[in-house]
Amino acid sequence: MALSDAPQFGPATALSCRECGTLYDLGPIFACSECFGPLEVAYDFGDVRREDIESGPTNIWRYRALLPVPENVATKPNLQPGWTKLIKADNLAAELGLRSLHVKDDSGNPTHSFKDRVVSIALEAARAFGFHTLSCSSTGNLAGAVGAAAARAGLDSCVFIPANLEEAKITMAAVYGGRLVAIDGTYDEVNRFCSELIGDELGEKWGFVNVNLRPFYAEGSKTLAYEIAEQLGWRLPDQIVIPVASGSQLTKVDKGFRELIKLGLVEDRPYRIFGAQAEGCSPVSAAYKAGHDVVQPVRPNTIAKSLAIGNPADGPYVLDIARRTGGAVEDVDDREVVEAIRLLARTEGVFAETAGGVTVGVLRKLVRNGALDPDAETVVLNTGDGLKTLDAVAAEARPTAVIRPSLEAFRTAFAN
Amino acid sequence: MSVSVRIPTILRTYTSGAAEVSGDGGTLREVLQKLDVDYPGIGGRILDETGKIRRFVNVYVGEEDVRFTEGLDTPTPGGSQISVIPAVAGG
Repeated sequence: MALSDAPQFGPATALSCRECGTLYDLGPIFACSECFGPLEVAYDFGDVRREDIESGPTNIWRYRALLPVPENVATKPNLQPGWTKLIKADNLAAELGLRSLHVKDDSGNPTHSFKDRVVSIALEAARAFGFHTLSCSSTGNLAGAVGAAAARAGLDSCVFIPANLEEAKITMAAVYGGRLVAIDGTYDEVNRFCSELIGDELGEKWGFVNVNLRPFYAEGSKTLAYEIAEQLGWRLPDQIVIPVASGSQLTKVDKGFRELIKLGLVEDRPYRIFGAQAEGCSPVSAAYKAGHDVVQPVRPNTIAKSLAIGNPADGPYVLDIARRTGGAVEDVDDREVVEAIRLLARTEGVFAETAGGVTVGVLRKLVRNGALDPDAETVVLNTGDGLKTLDAVAAEARPTAVIRPSLEAFRTAFAN
Repeated sequence: MSVSVRIPTILRTYTSGAAEVSGDGGTLREVLQKLDVDYPGIGGRILDETGKIRRFVNVYVGEEDVRFTEGLDTPTPGGSQISVIPAVAGG
């Protein structure tokens, strides 16, 4: 399927193997047939100006000139995600001892996680390739994002999740009317199943957003980098803490920052990227600490289910980037995740899901162990909404008192 | 020991399009060596120059990712199902 010259992909020109550089025509392929390396989108951007971006819509399509999407993407039926708040988090900064901290709050997306960004790019690719069904393997957030995007676009959907997910994520994945298949296994087993389905006639004409559309899908995470830079006044942060599941998001935020530098849209200055994992699923953190450049898979056991990928495909790149930029990869245990969720809620009024607890928990740990510079401009990502993982804090976030509706009862309850 | 090997789409050029082929060997290493004899060149796509499994490919014997077991020394008893799958990401 040679679509290199097709206008559906805007400035994108080819797919290129991240390992060996072999080039392929833009198509629904994701692995290099030479070395199995992941394929990523290559571009010819031409001249991109701040003014053109600033006059665009208040969603990710303001960056369409930097994405593999058609020029008229903003007029098509899609979820128009992004342009989420970059919150100046002075209270949290003071509590942690940081001079300047922002929280990029991606719970503000249409399905309440950053996944709307990536799915929206994959959706355009699915349209271009003539797929009728949108699909994915998911740890929860992605399944909801795919269901919603397919509904908006008028496509069928069939999404696959591990059966033991949080109730809210199962409900959100099912409510949009597509097929939801729960698999008795871990995310990694669901992922493997989807990889086999894709080579089978059962999966004919299906766009698996994070498998055969993955090169397109993954580009959506670059918009986090673009937005953070633009919202800081066209400046890169000095240091940023990003959650690591597959490692794709962290890898693409780095790619986004480098593109902005290359295009002259921000000043070329060093930045440091830190990865955050939950201790119960920390294969990348373990590899970082051990000095390895490959990742030994693990069996996940953590409340941070959206990050519970035991065999992270982009793990090696996370290691490369953390080391190249002078960052690190760190992990926190489930108790620290819960504490961090409450800390962020208490200090900034932001209710994060467990993945956000992981990043804020790791932020706190990195400040304490001296890995983060307390005087440097810092950004931390919250990638999802706390309403999706209520169980994590439900036992602790309870009424202060239960009383009869009388002033006397209130006075008595709060006498001390 | 006779085993069956599932071939991913991008390697089916070596197997004339076959999604599943039969193999032989007491360990994964032996199975892959025999596979490369039957389908010359396919071994070099799964293993790198140093003979290790490439970092973006996952190999399963039965349900088990061999990185959890004994890697290339993982036993492959008769009737084993071996799957070779490109690593994918996302969540």
